[in-house]
Amino acid sequence: MSNEQSMRRVTAIRNGTVIDHVPSGQALRVLEMLGIAGETSVPVSLVMNVPSKKLGSKDIIKVEDRELTQGELDRLALVAPEAHVAIIRAYVVAEKLSINLGEEVVNVVRCTFSNCITTNAREPQPHRLRVVSRDPLHLRCHYCGRPQDLDELVKNAL
Amino acid sequence: MTGLITMDDLTNEEILSILDDAERLLPVARGELYLPLLRGRILGNLFFEPSTRTRMSFETAMKRLGGDVVNLGDVKTSSVVKGETLFDTIQMVDGYTDIIAMRHPRQGAAQYAQDAASVPILNGGDGAGHHPTQTMLDLFTIRQAHGRLDGLKVVLAGDLRYGRTVHSLSHALTRFGCELTFASPDLLRMPVEIVSDLRENGATVTETEDLYGSMSDADVVYMTRIQKERFADEDEYARCAGAYKLDSRHLDNVKGDMIIMHPLPRVDEIHPAVDSSRHARYFEQAFNGVVARMALLCRLLGVTVPADVSAEGGVL
Repeated sequence: MSNEQSMRRVTAIRNGTVIDHVPSGQALRVLEMLGIAGETSVPVSLVMNVPSKKLGSKDIIKVEDRELTQGELDRLALVAPEAHVAIIRAYVVAEKLSINLGEEVVNVVRCTFSNCITTNAREPQPHRLRVVSRDPLHLRCHYCGRPQDLDELVKNAL
Repeated sequence: MTGLITMDDLTNEEILSILDDAERLLPVARGELYLPLLRGRILGNLFFEPSTRTRMSFETAMKRLGGDVVNLGDVKTSSVVKGETLFDTIQMVDGYTDIIAMRHPRQGAAQYAQDAASVPILNGGDGAGHHPTQTMLDLFTIRQAHGRLDGLKVVLAGDLRYGRTVHSLSHALTRFGCELTFASPDLLRMPVEIVSDLRENGATVTETEDLYGSMSDADVVYMTRIQKERFADEDEYARCAGAYKLDSRHLDNVKGDMIIMHPLPRVDEIHPAVDSSRHARYFEQAFNGVVARMALLCRLLGVTVPADVSAEGGVL
């Protein structure tokens, strides 16, 4: 099955965001990370476990009438660092956005260790987590060193 | 190098070089020699949690080297009770001082302070996190007794869950190839993530509840207090309190040069009768806090400790 056929499993969107090359089976987690899961008024289409030349199989997400912000791209980078993001306007690709998981994520995920200095909401310094392992993904709080895996990161996204 | 937040801020070579500096500063720490290497420099002592040895030894270290100290004093009489953030407090003290020694009940507070400050921060304990200046004086004490750090068998006992001294020390000892035994009640085991980190770094780690059985081939037995103040649940504390009470009977079958250490204060985990045994080193260990912190203050302030201290120093 060609990539075009995969994309055509759901109709083309007029305006919004297409997230392609999401690792197979991760689409729901991506939506949770982006805060799109559950109660949202915008139409969302998912295609899961379709063939992909690059990944073997992949998921695709189409979110209508919503363009991802930089903050959302940063969160996406934790779950699907190899994903391709396209902004669609009037049925055509208006922008291709790159996502990048660097050495550290800032104000993307909070450290939830109850005794970490950052749990005092009045302290003005940002939440900072260092990437210590990419596969499997593990991050550590820059301040207290407490580790988080992907499941925890999804729950603790800001 | 900016401050000292965790032992990861020092290479093994830097650790040994700072311990060498400390060794040369012993006569200054004892008050036998006056060597004002830090004249004109000011240390800010910010202790947001109770401290006796760490605070006093920092103060002594600075004053023995001719420097001065300003203290936050009792937190209850500072702006902290008015709701001042740590960030603001650090911004202010940063302008008053050349270096800051800090203890705080929250983990990560020292790194947070270092990010906010332009002067070096010396972490004097952040919650149950790290206590690297204690580790430096512990390493000094171990090297003083055994002449080396590498390859020793070290038993760490007591509250390994909340004890920041053993967290920092176990990381450092691993880097010197020491064999570690963690003896604790089940509730107070070393945190899983620390054991996992140590093993990933090549450590040989044994975990046991049997302290006395693990002492026979140890070079160092490092006791710690079960810290009542770290327990949220009184019942849990009651189940762990008094788990280990080291007394003279337990020293019959230990190695002749084994040393017993303790970061102090103790409650009942070491019987006072042990104090007079050849194995007891905890009071020397507490004194070594002064030399270790003198060497650290010099290093972080970029001041070289002279190779021949007696030639540079004057008599008091």
